[in-house]
Amino acid sequence: MGDCIQVLAGFKGEVRCEPPNNRLDKFKGTLTMDGQNYGLDNDKVLLRGCTLRNTEWCFGLVIFGGPDTKLMQNSGKATFKRTSIDHLMNILVLCIFGFLAIMCSILAIGNAIWEMTDGSVFTEFLPREPGIGTSLSSFLSFWSYVIVLNAVVPISLYVSVEIIRLGNSFFIDWDRKMYYPKNDTPAQARTTTLNEELGQIKYIFSDKTGTLTQNIMTFNKCSINGKAYGEIYDFSGQRVEITEKTEKVDFSWNPLADPKFVFHDGSLLETVRGRNPEAQAFFRLLALCHTVMPEEKKEGELNYQAQSPDEGALVTAARNFGFVFRSRTPETITVMEMGRKVVYELLAILDFNNVRKRMSVIVRSPEGKLTLYCKGADTIIYERLHPSCNKLKEVTTGHLDEYAGEGLRTLVLAYKDLEDSYMDKWTQHYHDASTAIDGREERLDELYEEIEKDLILLGATAVEDKLQDGVPQTIEQLALADIKIWVLTGDKQETAENIGYSCNMLRENMEVFFVSAHTSEAVREELQRARRKMCPDAAEEPTVTRARAGLFWLHQTETVQDEKVDGEYALIINGHSLGFALEKDLELELLRTACMCQTVICCRVTPLQKAQVVQLVKKYKQAVTLAIGDGANDVSMIKAAHIGVGISGQEGMQAVLSSDFSFAQFRYLQRLLLVHGRWSYLRMCKFLKYFFYKNFTFTLVHFWYAFFCGFSAQTVYDEWFITLYNTVYTALPVLGLSVFDQDVNDRWSLRYPQLYRPGQLNKYFSKKAFARAIMNSCFSSLVLFFIPWAAMHDTVRDDGKDIVDYQSFALLAQTCLLVVVSIQLCLDTHYWTALNHLFIWGSLAAYFGVTFTVYSNGLFLILPSSFPFIGTERNSLTQPNVWLTIFLTSLLCILPVVALRFILIQIRPTINDKMRYKMHEEGLPAPASKRLPPKRFTTRRSGYAFSHSKGFGDLVTSRLFLMKHPLKVRQSLFFQTDSSLAEDQPQHYRTITEEPEEQGETQETQETQSP
Amino acid sequence: MMASSYNAKEEDGHISGTSNHGGAGTVKTRKPDNTAFKQQRLPAWQPILTAGTVLPAFFVIGLIFIPIGIGLYVTSNNIKEFEIDYTGVETSNPCYNCAKNFSWNSTTPCNCSMSFTLEQPFESNVYMYYGLSNFYQNHRRYVKSRDDSQLNGDQSSLTNPSKECEPYRTSEGLPIAPCGAIANSLFNDTLELYHIDSNGTRTLVHLVKKGIAWWTDKHVKFRNPGVNSNLTAIFQGTAKPVNWRKPVYELEPLDSENNGFINEDFIVWMRTAALPTFRKLYRIIHKKPNTTPTLPSGKYVLEVTYNYPVLSFDGRKRMILSTISWMGGKNPFLGIAYITVGSICFFLGVVLLIIHHKYDTRSNSADIPN
Repeated sequence: MGDCIQVLAGFKGEVRCEPPNNRLDKFKGTLTMDGQNYGLDNDKVLLRGCTLRNTEWCFGLVIFGGPDTKLMQNSGKATFKRTSIDHLMNILVLCIFGFLAIMCSILAIGNAIWEMTDGSVFTEFLPREPGIGTSLSSFLSFWSYVIVLNAVVPISLYVSVEIIRLGNSFFIDWDRKMYYPKNDTPAQARTTTLNEELGQIKYIFSDKTGTLTQNIMTFNKCSINGKAYGEIYDFSGQRVEITEKTEKVDFSWNPLADPKFVFHDGSLLETVRGRNPEAQAFFRLLALCHTVMPEEKKEGELNYQAQSPDEGALVTAARNFGFVFRSRTPETITVMEMGRKVVYELLAILDFNNVRKRMSVIVRSPEGKLTLYCKGADTIIYERLHPSCNKLKEVTTGHLDEYAGEGLRTLVLAYKDLEDSYMDKWTQHYHDASTAIDGREERLDELYEEIEKDLILLGATAVEDKLQDGVPQTIEQLALADIKIWVLTGDKQETAENIGYSCNMLRENMEVFFVSAHTSEAVREELQRARRKMCPDAAEEPTVTRARAGLFWLHQTETVQDEKVDGEYALIINGHSLGFALEKDLELELLRTACMCQTVICCRVTPLQKAQVVQLVKKYKQAVTLAIGDGANDVSMIKAAHIGVGISGQEGMQAVLSSDFSFAQFRYLQRLLLVHGRWSYLRMCKFLKYFFYKNFTFTLVHFWYAFFCGFSAQTVYDEWFITLYNTVYTALPVLGLSVFDQDVNDRWSLRYPQLYRPGQLNKYFSKKAFARAIMNSCFSSLVLFFIPWAAMHDTVRDDGKDIVDYQSFALLAQTCLLVVVSIQLCLDTHYWTALNHLFIWGSLAAYFGVTFTVYSNGLFLILPSSFPFIGTERNSLTQPNVWLTIFLTSLLCILPVVALRFILIQIRPTINDKMRYKMHEEGLPAPASKRLPPKRFTTRRSGYAFSHSKGFGDLVTSRLFLMKHPLKVRQSLFFQTDSSLAEDQPQHYRTITEEPEEQGETQETQETQSP
Repeated sequence: MMASSYNAKEEDGHISGTSNHGGAGTVKTRKPDNTAFKQQRLPAWQPILTAGTVLPAFFVIGLIFIPIGIGLYVTSNNIKEFEIDYTGVETSNPCYNCAKNFSWNSTTPCNCSMSFTLEQPFESNVYMYYGLSNFYQNHRRYVKSRDDSQLNGDQSSLTNPSKECEPYRTSEGLPIAPCGAIANSLFNDTLELYHIDSNGTRTLVHLVKKGIAWWTDKHVKFRNPGVNSNLTAIFQGTAKPVNWRKPVYELEPLDSENNGFINEDFIVWMRTAALPTFRKLYRIIHKKPNTTPTLPSGKYVLEVTYNYPVLSFDGRKRMILSTISWMGGKNPFLGIAYITVGSICFFLGVVLLIIHHKYDTRSNSADIPN
């Protein structure tokens, strides 16, 4: 079809295929074209999210779009997220309704009794309303008390809770310490209703690439002919730590150098430019032995397309050290060697696979010398070295150990000169083998094995899979806070394991269990073996605690208890086994085993499996989970977890768009949880406790008064006070408490992650804490009613006039209440900012101001029936015994609380108390002793051969990929629309129905047509 | 196939995060402001409960409260109070007959006299109260059964009282003034006090009717309607409350400053009590200019015009004579409470001190778990 659009327009065909599904590894369909059927399988479709490489364009047919794509099918359902506090609050509100009904019933019964005994004979002065008998009066009084006591039902609670969450969300948005200057990204709280849950996280599920790592590989160190490069030493021979400011090697002499490449050790460049033959061979090897595709759109602007980033890093290193891989054809590789163009003839690529763990190329130099260049895992290459290299091998092994200890990916390089005659013979065999029908693979392997021996060692490279800044420290901090981190990655096991070591999740003293079986039984076997090893005495059957929870206790929960294990263990499970382990009959086994381990790494998992793992933990642990990721494949787990965090700015917006919180760097997670989350949780709990206390105290006074007013639903307080109590007098102070309060500041929070633990255990607010708050308010309300009652019941003013009248008593009771409630708030406030002062004192001042206004002559004369309390404050607040009563009441309410708190601090101090005391004593936290990750001296090593699957070797030599003529750029059709339209406008997907005739397709790429 | 293996990482590369935010404001960074408020670094006072603050507080409160309590208690004890129940429940009570034969319709007032003896002389001003028990002046329906506009002298409310006054809003088609259950149940016993000399002569003790209501009530809250002082004309067209024997404008016909709505007995009654047992100021006995006590010890007779029925609802009527102090009437509770709370504080302080000493080594040290 070529690049002719007319032909494309004339293309007629029909695709029949499977309906949309979430299996990434399977596709079934047929393309009918010109009466002929072509089978379509997984190799012939491009999945959403793929990147097109080494071609400027291709023709395709869209089969599924939008939500029907396999990727979106994997992303899981969006659930409405509520916090556990929300659920608890609903239950409590329900309880409160019950409590209200009980109180009203008691009072209604009281009313019936009163009406029968007292009311019936008091009719002389207070006649019954016509037609209202005892029972009806009692019924009416029930509803009257529902109205009078409705303040216990915290209607304003929900509003206040949302305001507090919003405030705390703004603090997250505003935090400069979570702002990433490099791509100008501040942290963002995208959901404003989940903040306090951040203080209760027990499990974190993290993606690897782009989240823990930067997905950038850098060539860090190398060992050439027994000499190590890459470290810098000062004059006294001390190793200098490499930082941002360390002087970089200047590559400006090389016009083709990649400006982004950074290397610090200048001696290597000197060695190379000094024409050291081993160093040159080293980089020549790196420039030749790979499957990277070059792209040179403009002269000198080289771009490498590598299958794996570490291969790209090695070729880029060679490029900067003067061995620039310029272009390749199926038969040749063009390299600029120290500015000189050299064209090598490419005779064979002996590609990677998982068993070989190495790759080789055989090239002929322009001088006609035949050479085999080989790179691979150290253990593999060492077996194939020529005995003459033994001495060098020892030195290199030392370097390799050092590199592995630093968590670098190592690779050993070797070469071998070949005889022409030998090569001819080998080529013949090779040709036979590669065209053979039976046992082709085995025969090729044998041939490879034969030629890759007696190699001469050149040296070793060390590539760093760059972790994001501060990842090991963050993980250590979170571990101190008792948060368990599970890594769920699509990467291969070796890569994941390697990262596990470099970010301190796996440690040398840990025993690591691998689960990678292929049958359900084998998976069970392996899981059980691991479990028995860790905890030999544990019961075979997991102990599942069943409970009921939720609204009306309808929701059934099953909880698997944590089991204690000695020693440190880790579990690494691959996607295939995970598939079996997530089945109904094995999931508990998986959960038990996984929860015994300090670290769990799941590799090769699909997006859906990520979500399933999260759901498993959610279901059986009743713990709060957090998922963090950056790519579209993390969307499902971000949605599944209680809290989803998206890493923004690197890999598009998919993860961020479905997340609840987003920021640019993994390390901000510790601040989000240990500082903001902890504060939010603390504040919310304080708020709830106080709010319930304040409303119950307010209401219960009415309850006690009912016994003195014939259960007639007479209120204790003035109507104006009732109206303004929740909205004006106490609204701002409690908001001030719950938006600004902090028990210890952020430095202390981060210095002592242990402070996070009470949140995971629901320590600050639970049904118990609620009950305590209610007890306290019962006590307070008793004091608030009966002290004024006793102090006032038959006394008079200091001029003999009345003071026990209803209005004066109301004023006294409400003033006492407000003072008590304010002092209680002061006791709860741990962090007195100017705003807290303003709110508390301002509200008290507002109370007196409003009271004086509402009770003033002027307002009364305008509306006598609305302001009947005229003059009350002038007549009673001038009385010394009124003030003495207020003083006594407040003290009696507060003293027991203070005494109890003090005793608790003395006898059973919580970690918060200790920390607050410590902060009080010391001011600033002592800086943490610098905890360097312990150096690992290990035989564990890695090679980049592990990092990707079978290479491009076949493609490179198959001639399919390169046109001899330069590619035409399709100006008119593709690029214009692509760049201008697609970038600015959101994509609109059409919903497609599941008809066999599908709209889209991919297939007809140029390659399949052209040969 | 030239495409690489599946790699969702490059998903949606074209919806780039930064491209949306480019355009005009590219120079402006999204870096949050560095203000103490936004960074939650507001300077703050962070008090904590330490032994150094809590223990002294308890001792100081104890030390302050006990003397105040003693002072209050002594003051309260120095107040002289005399109380006599004249309901007439027992047959021996002189008012038994009046109580027994009470009828709203009787035209002849029933009189009874109670004699009593004051053991101690009452110095300074003496206040005479009437006390009612089991009288639910704080019942919701009772409390709201009034019309403040009418009592404030509003003309339209006078002729058209508020609905709240039902069933004492109108009587025989005429609006009741003052309307409502409170006004209707105005206390209308008349109490007179006679001092019996050692030689048996009865001298009437002069009881002052004015100055018993709050100033704000008398001058702001309660006002007679109309401008002229002829109350009879003003209240023309209104009915007296059902229970009353005379209309409101005849409560004190001789003193226009104490008649109608601004009659102080009426005002005092209208200030409803908070509790079912209450006392209200009835009269004041001013102290004499010379040094003789206001009410010397000796025999007295209380002459009661028994108009107010309370027996039907098991109520009680009392007459109380009391002197006052700076802290009001006799009420030992406040003094006792202060002494008790002060002692408890002191005691708690000691207990806390012991606890503090016992546990000090364990707590607050930096044994933070890891």
